[in-house]
Amino acid sequence: MKRFDDTTELLLQLGDSAMIQAQRLCELVGGAPALEEEVALMNVGLDLVGQARNWLEYAAERIGDGRTADDLVFLRDQGEYRNLLIVEQPNGDFAMTMAKQFLFDAWHYPLLEKLCSSSDEKIAGIAAKSLKESSYHIRRSSEWIKRLGDGTSESHERMQSALDKIWHFTFELAKPCELFKTLDSSGIAPGVNDLCSDWHAIISKTLTEATLMQPEAADNNYLSGAKGLHTESLGFILAEMQFLQRAYPNACW
Amino acid sequence: MADWTLFEVFIRSKHGLNHKHVGSVHAADSEMAIENARDLYTRRNEGVSIWVVPSASITATATDEKEALFDPSDDKIYRHAGFYKLPDEVGHM
Repeated sequence: MKRFDDTTELLLQLGDSAMIQAQRLCELVGGAPALEEEVALMNVGLDLVGQARNWLEYAAERIGDGRTADDLVFLRDQGEYRNLLIVEQPNGDFAMTMAKQFLFDAWHYPLLEKLCSSSDEKIAGIAAKSLKESSYHIRRSSEWIKRLGDGTSESHERMQSALDKIWHFTFELAKPCELFKTLDSSGIAPGVNDLCSDWHAIISKTLTEATLMQPEAADNNYLSGAKGLHTESLGFILAEMQFLQRAYPNACW
Repeated sequence: MADWTLFEVFIRSKHGLNHKHVGSVHAADSEMAIENARDLYTRRNEGVSIWVVPSASITATATDEKEALFDPSDDKIYRHAGFYKLPDEVGHM
């Protein structure tokens, strides 16, 4: 696994997480529980594709080996992907889809907020633009957590069970990582070392309002999205997402 | 979701002064209706403000009342200000 400089690693983590989350959301096209909900899910997905493009274009520029953002998305194998493990997990039922979205948003939103004051102007610019979209994403996903958690007994049960199942993958969101420590002190991502406490605060507040039980802190795991050590789910996503470029190299519209 | 309420959606565009009816959405309550309306009807920069109203709260005229309500105004041309001669200086009004 090739490792790039810290800033590029951060860009890949942001871009890949947005891209894979978007791909998962777009799998739901034609299959969402209500027409209104489907349009909403796709809007979030498309917002994230746009963000992924911005982050990965900058990453490609820094990598500087001639690859474009498209090349990074369509021609890297899973060991080179840096997305969070939680976003590659299958959609499951609607409770699971929203649980994943919310746990991701609670990480994504405060991260973007901090990146707005990055010493790197490009990062600050992309973050400021993305933050507007993500503040809507977290508003919508936390609403659903509350509605389903504090809804009927069946919706409560299903939301709780989704949380319990997916919680395993929150260790990446809930604990400070090495990369963030160095990026914090270098000013590229000021304050990012406190991201975990922001995440915990958002999660606790929303789960309490939703009358849901917060599972015990997830243990560290030998897997790590940031290091390119993924679950088998990512392979299936890439197989579908990259099929066309692999089968017909350089095919375009 | 079969028991969701139907809401009518009104959007005020950037340069518009009033909210205009644009369509309807289903939602569990008015807050969700606002979010759904945002996602359905403001994707292409259409609006700066949204109203939602439960469709059931709207009282409407019935089709068979059309003649009684609206035909009498057909032949009352004197209600239009078309008989006044406008001075040239006024231009288009």
